[in-house]
Amino acid sequence: MAGFKSTERYIASRDLEVAVNAAVTLQRPLLVKGEPGTGKTVLAHEVAQSLGIPLIEWHVKSTTKAQQGLYEYDAVSRLRDGQLGDERVRDISNYIVRGKLWDAFEAEKQVLVLIDEIDKADIEFPNDLLLELDRMQFFVYETRKTIAARHRPIVIITSNNEKELPDAFLRRCFFHYIRFPDRETMEKIVQTHYPDIRKDLAREALNVFFQIREVPGLKKKPATSELLDWLKLLMVEDLPPDALRSNEKHVVIPPLHGALLKNEQDVHLFERLAFLARRGN
Amino acid sequence: MFSHLVLGLRSAGLPASITEYLTLMGAMKAGVADYSVDDFYYLARATLVKDERHLDKFDRVFATCFKGLEPTDVLKVQDLPEEWLRKLAEKFLTPEEVAAIETLGGFEALMERLKQLLAEQDSRHQGGSKWIGTAGTSPFGAYGANPEGVRIGQDKSRNRTAVKVWDKREFKDLDDTVELGTRGMKLALRRLRRFARQGAATELDLPDTILATAKNAGSLDLKMVPERHNTVKVLLLLDIGGSMDDHVKLTEELFSAARSEFKHLEHYYFHNCPYERVWKNNRRRHEEVIPTWQVLRTYGPDYKLVIVGDGAMSPYEINMAGGSVEHWNEEAGSVWLERLTGHYRRSAWLNPTPKQSWGHVRSINMLNDVMEGRMFPLTVNGIDDMTKELSR
Repeated sequence: MAGFKSTERYIASRDLEVAVNAAVTLQRPLLVKGEPGTGKTVLAHEVAQSLGIPLIEWHVKSTTKAQQGLYEYDAVSRLRDGQLGDERVRDISNYIVRGKLWDAFEAEKQVLVLIDEIDKADIEFPNDLLLELDRMQFFVYETRKTIAARHRPIVIITSNNEKELPDAFLRRCFFHYIRFPDRETMEKIVQTHYPDIRKDLAREALNVFFQIREVPGLKKKPATSELLDWLKLLMVEDLPPDALRSNEKHVVIPPLHGALLKNEQDVHLFERLAFLARRGN
Repeated sequence: MFSHLVLGLRSAGLPASITEYLTLMGAMKAGVADYSVDDFYYLARATLVKDERHLDKFDRVFATCFKGLEPTDVLKVQDLPEEWLRKLAEKFLTPEEVAAIETLGGFEALMERLKQLLAEQDSRHQGGSKWIGTAGTSPFGAYGANPEGVRIGQDKSRNRTAVKVWDKREFKDLDDTVELGTRGMKLALRRLRRFARQGAATELDLPDTILATAKNAGSLDLKMVPERHNTVKVLLLLDIGGSMDDHVKLTEELFSAARSEFKHLEHYYFHNCPYERVWKNNRRRHEEVIPTWQVLRTYGPDYKLVIVGDGAMSPYEINMAGGSVEHWNEEAGSVWLERLTGHYRRSAWLNPTPKQSWGHVRSINMLNDVMEGRMFPLTVNGIDDMTKELSR
C-alpha cells in the first residue's frame, strides 16, 4: 500500500507520517490536534490527494448533531406533502435526507472523511458517533435498514481543544498532536509555498514572526497560516527586507501586521513591548 | 511483547488501555513501524497517548522502558532568580551589613558560593551550619529555624510562616481530569448557568406551532424559538502553591467541574493573594506573567469573578506594599483585590478550608472584609450560596 509522505505542498514530519499510515492501515480514525493554523484541515486534503481517493468534508458547528452526519428524517415536508395529497408521501424513504457519513459508507470506492473541528459541537457529539465509527455502520430507524460501509472510509478528525473529548472515543482513535514547527521546518514550509520568495525577505520575516510568537500573553499566537498570508502580502507589496527591521522611533510594529495579530489587544500589547524594547536599547 | 511499556504508562498515570495496546500490536503486525525504533516510538505515541498533556510523561516512560534510563526530576537551583536574593537583602539587611557583603564580593559572590556549595555537595545533609541541607542554621536549606532562610528542595511547607519561599518548584498545573466526586459540585455550579433565550431560531416551539396551525385552518405553520444558550462568563483566579498544597486536590475537583459547565471560562493562577501579575501556565510562571491590568481590560465587567484560595498568609501580604512572598509588589494585595471586585460586579471568594476555622486566621478575616463578606467554603452548600450570590 502506498503510504503517505510529505509532498511538494505539504511538509509532514515523520511522526505525522507514521500516525497517518497507522490510521490508514488499521482503518481507524485519526484524531489530529494542534494550535489553530498548523495545517490540521489541510492534512486531510493532502492525504486524500496522495492516496488518490475522494474527500468528503463534514464541518462541525456548535449546532451540529451527530445524527445529521448519518441521516435526517424530514417530517415537516412529509406532513406538508400529506396535506397537499402528494403521492410521494406513501414512501417514507423519500423523506430521508442522507448525511455525510451515509455518503461515505455507500461510496463505490474507499473515501476519506474529514470531520472538521469536532470540539465545536456539543459535548456528547463524539459519544453519539462511537458505534458508527467503530463498526462503520448504522441503523435507519424509519426504514428499518442497516447501512454498512462497503469500504471502510479513512477518517480524519480535527480538534482545536475547546472541549475535552470522551475517553471511550479517544480509545478508538489514533492521536497526533501537530507541534508548532521549528524554524528549520518553517523555512521548508515557506519554501514549498513560495519557491520564488527572496531569501533575505524570508529570513527577516521569520525573525519577526518567531519574535512575535515569543511575546507572552498574546491572545492568539500567529501560526503557520498567518505567516503564509503575511508573506504573501509582503511579496505583493514588494517590501524590501529592511522595512521589517526599521529602526525609526515611530515604527514599532511590523508592516501589514494585520495578517499576524488578529485582535486589538494583541496589537496594543505588542506595540507596548516593542516600545519598551526600543527604549531599552 | 511490549506490555511493560503499557504497564509503565499506566503506573505513570496515563490512561492506556488494553484496546489501545491491541491496536498497537495490530499496527506492528501490519508493518506500520517497519523495524525502525523511531517509527515504533511514533506509532506507540499515536496509539497510546490521546492528549498532548501526556506527551511528556510518555517520552519519559518510553525512555525508561527501552533504554533503562531513570526518569529524573532535577531541581535546578542554579536558576534561582537573582532578583529574589536582592529583594531579601533590601528587606532584612541593614546598610552596614549590605556594605559588609559588598566587601566580601557582593551578591554575585553570594550566589556563586551557593552554586559552588550545591556542586560540592553530593549527599543529603542535615544539621550543621555550612552545607545546604535541612534543619540547619545555614541560610541555605529547608526546615530551618531561621524564617528568612533560603528554602531549597522542600516538598511541603512545614509551617506556614515562612517569609520567603525559595523553592523554584514546578507547582504542577492544576489537573482538570478529576471527575470523581465532583458530581455534587457540578449540580451546584449549574445554578450559575442562566438560561437566556437568545440567538438563532433553532428549536420547534410546539405549543405555539399547534396554536398557529389551528388558526391557519389546519395547514401547517411552524413556529421556532431560540435554543437555550449558556451565557454565563466566568473568570477563575486560582491560588497555587505554598499553603494551598493541602487544598490543591479540592481545588482540582472544582476546576474539573467548572471546565465543562461554562462556555466562557478563563482561569489564571496567583500565589496567596492577587497582585499586579498573574499567570496561565504554572510551569512557566516566571517567564510568562500577565499583568492583572491586562486581565481587567480583556474581560469585561460581565464576567463573574471567582477567586479560589485558602487565604492563609501573613497579614502583610494583604495590606502592605512589598508584602508578597515571591516578588516586590508596588501596591498592596488589598488594593488589587478592591480593583478586581470593583471591576467585576459579581465576585466571590471560595475558600477550601472549613468555615469553622476561618475565625482563627487573621488574613481570612481581612480578605472577607475586602470581599464584603462574599467568602464561601468550598463545599456543595458553599458553592450553592456562591452561585445564588453571583446570579443575583
